[in-house]
Amino acid sequence: MPLVIALSCVAALIGTACLGVAISRTRGAGAIIYGLCLLTSLVALAAALTQLMGGTSVPAAVTLPLGLPWLGANFRLDMLAAFFLVVVNLGAAAASLYAIGYGRHEEAPERVLPFYPAFLAGMNLVLLADDAFSFLVSWEFMSLSSWALVMAHHRVRDNVHAGYVYLVMASFGTLALLLTYGLLAGSDGSYAFAAIRADHASAETAAVVLFLVLIGAGSKAGLVPLHVWLPLAHPAAPSHVSALMSGVMTKVAVYGFIRIVFDLSGPPAWWWSVPVLLLSGATAVMGMLSAVLQGDLKKLLAYSTIENVGIVFVGLGLALAFKANAMPAAAAVAMTAALFHVLNHSIFKSLLFFGSGAVLTATGQRDMEHLGGLIHRMPLTAFTFLVGCMAISALPPLNGFVSEWLTFQAILLSPEVPSWGIKLIVPAVGAMLALSAALAAACFVKAFGVTFLGRPRSTMAAEAQEVDRWSLAAMFIFASLCLLIGIIPGPVIDTLAPVVNALVAEHMPVQAADPWLSIVPIAESRSSYNGLLVFAFITVSTLAAVEIIHRFASRAVRRGPAWDCGFPDPSPATQYTAGSFAQPIRRVFGEVVFLARERVDMPPPGDLRAARLTVTLRDLVWDVIYAPVGGAIWFAAEHLSHLQFLTIRKYLSLVFALLVFLLFFLMLAMLVWS
Amino acid sequence: MVLILGLIAQGVQMMLVLVLAPLLLGYTRKLRAHLLRRRGPPILQPYRDLLRLIRKEVVLAENASWLFRSGPYMIFAATWVAAALIPTFATRLQFSWTADLIAITALIGSSRFFLALVGMDVGTSFGGIGSSREMMFASLAEPAMMMIVFTLALLAGSTELSVVAEFMQTNASLRVSLGLALIALIIVALAENARIPVDNPATHLELTMVHEAMMLEYSGRHLAVLELASALKLLLYLSLIACIFIPWGMAPAGSGPAAYGTGLASYLAKIGVGGFLLVVFETSIAKMRVFRVPDFLGIALMLGLLGMLLLFVSRSF
Repeated sequence: MPLVIALSCVAALIGTACLGVAISRTRGAGAIIYGLCLLTSLVALAAALTQLMGGTSVPAAVTLPLGLPWLGANFRLDMLAAFFLVVVNLGAAAASLYAIGYGRHEEAPERVLPFYPAFLAGMNLVLLADDAFSFLVSWEFMSLSSWALVMAHHRVRDNVHAGYVYLVMASFGTLALLLTYGLLAGSDGSYAFAAIRADHASAETAAVVLFLVLIGAGSKAGLVPLHVWLPLAHPAAPSHVSALMSGVMTKVAVYGFIRIVFDLSGPPAWWWSVPVLLLSGATAVMGMLSAVLQGDLKKLLAYSTIENVGIVFVGLGLALAFKANAMPAAAAVAMTAALFHVLNHSIFKSLLFFGSGAVLTATGQRDMEHLGGLIHRMPLTAFTFLVGCMAISALPPLNGFVSEWLTFQAILLSPEVPSWGIKLIVPAVGAMLALSAALAAACFVKAFGVTFLGRPRSTMAAEAQEVDRWSLAAMFIFASLCLLIGIIPGPVIDTLAPVVNALVAEHMPVQAADPWLSIVPIAESRSSYNGLLVFAFITVSTLAAVEIIHRFASRAVRRGPAWDCGFPDPSPATQYTAGSFAQPIRRVFGEVVFLARERVDMPPPGDLRAARLTVTLRDLVWDVIYAPVGGAIWFAAEHLSHLQFLTIRKYLSLVFALLVFLLFFLMLAMLVWS
Repeated sequence: MVLILGLIAQGVQMMLVLVLAPLLLGYTRKLRAHLLRRRGPPILQPYRDLLRLIRKEVVLAENASWLFRSGPYMIFAATWVAAALIPTFATRLQFSWTADLIAITALIGSSRFFLALVGMDVGTSFGGIGSSREMMFASLAEPAMMMIVFTLALLAGSTELSVVAEFMQTNASLRVSLGLALIALIIVALAENARIPVDNPATHLELTMVHEAMMLEYSGRHLAVLELASALKLLLYLSLIACIFIPWGMAPAGSGPAAYGTGLASYLAKIGVGGFLLVVFETSIAKMRVFRVPDFLGIALMLGLLGMLLLFVSRSF
């Protein structure tokens, strides 16, 4: 039943997309389209939740007479798909609610309204697909509709570049997935997932499959070095779409990875986790280091998505290592940590993108160097954004801390793994994870501090107005979810139990049985955490301190000019900026990672020319991998274009030469064969 | 009855750290003054300062926001909760399982997060410089701390501080990893508490200040609460080192008043010695340039990582 409802929702979304084409230019179309999307997402969310909580372990499946004639379109709703449906539709519902208000400011609604429901439908379909053909078609549908949304503001120069890079990388990723399924299906071409699951691939095939899926799903998720498109494309889209792409679409990519590696490729070999762990550690650190140095609020958020994907993949890599070494209890902790972080990141990253969208609406600015002081003009947005920043910086008692804590607990279980390669890698990955967590705090102090605190750096920021109620409602719902999940994480872990059970054949101990709602991954003597009590202690001691001091000492307040060591400067330009905040970190880490160089051009005394500070950063991933490949393709295209304007005789002789060459090649092959 | 006694013991611990923190500050200041051949303020001076400050009115900058006014209380609460969760005179108190060492580290991180934010609230250049440098230090100190936590957790098989302390009480043996972790923890503690050689707690009106720069705009009760929070943080790190590396004397779970008394006496002795060593160390070296600090903290990170790596590798033998 939930499967039928979910499929009907997809159909409804596609219908909404068609409606969007028809009415997008009329007034009030946004409210109708986003309202319909909100309703549909809520229905799908409810269906997925009933499947997840209902605990029917037998997944429902249907085959529709679409697609390949001998295959049909297979759809199935198992626990894994149900969990990711919850993530997708929760994000989609909030984004639609937000967009009812935010979408009013859209200059070209006809470029957004038809594609938005199509994008939602695509993501839902990927999760429901149960054969390679439907999976790939839905995947590509999701990619293309999101590409159309990235190109919504196509007159902005950077967006065109972003869209181009995104299109190339998305096609490349889909190509890798196509080859993956080709290998998994084998020579008899059994494309249904049930058939793939039944006959296990050989060890060599599985190795190639792992490599290809890391490229295919990893590029969509944003694993370093395949992440280059993500910080370009995610910020280019309208903010509610950015929220969906960062918060939700990367999770669909994670789903693709889990589905293929944990479900379809058979039992893992011990070394599978090695590339996953190495890539995920590098992803977490690189993503966060780049995020700290950004001055554009939405770009900063996009880079931090890369870091969070790294954290999720650390959990997945550990789960692979434990599963391969027959340590199901540890694998369950690692898998739970990864899935929990998927849920958490989808919530707080959407929240933060909503906040950046609100700032964009209010000020027209994404560049933090022109913002500041918004906490006075937009107090509600500032509050929710602060909650999001705390959650993503993994501060207790919010939700981000719980999943990071679980990931750390999983790392601490890994010395028991017998294989040496993993033993040596895991400590390094742990250090990288800790480093990225600390950098995340620095990054979000900067994001909140420069945007919302201090004095306004432009007139737009000084005159900003609080955003509409729809957007605020969406932000407040997600901010409360951050707190709620953070203080009572136990039920979430229990809900994840059947999903984890299906993947690693074990689940974490039932948390509902623990006293005082604390969470215990393995045993209480080993580790436990109680978000509720931490929250209660902090609240009680804050209130007690306030009450005692105000009652027995003083509550007098006087306003005066800022002290600033006696030399306050009225110009807001004397504040710390986004660039200057990040300067120490750039100096410590950037000189190695980004080859950061500072050049100071200080005119000699008497010269009235202004002094200049030039900072150069190099993106080594782009320079080493992408630029040469792009250059080679450009070079080849340049030279092959001579072939475009030949006479027909020359074309015919070319064809003839090729035929002769092929026949000759065939003959050689036959000779070698015999 | 057991629950009530447990709650009382936990409550005593919460009040103990709160009362002891300014005393530790006064004690270290006095010792430091003696070592510098000055007479120094009385040991009880920090209490008087705090009382004076909370009675004064608050002078707020014109554009200070609600975060600026509520920040000090949240910083204080997070630090206090973290300090109260570290075993001082007894292990396994009523709520010791609420947060393990990772969560305590994260709680300290929360208070730092808010301190850095309130430093930027008024929009002065000094606040910004403090926040920016504090977060740079933290980006190395926090991973170093995590490496220390991992090292201890791998040894004791638990991240619960009480279990770690009991493990160290019973299985005391010299280990290379432990030595590395101790040096790393001392470095982290110096950096986190803004002590020499990382920052100078006595400095003001200098471009080198970090911790003080963030609190520059505060006055009155807000300043008092922040001062108390930083005193608590110093006590927290000394208690942490004492709890992990010299756990002897702590009362085990459910013991009688005599054991609690011994625990308390030994705790006070440990803190006294720890404070003395801190002051001797501080007076014997000079403050570093800001961009030397990352190297200093990098040593802590590398030592922590090395300690953890040794444990990972030695598990297989």
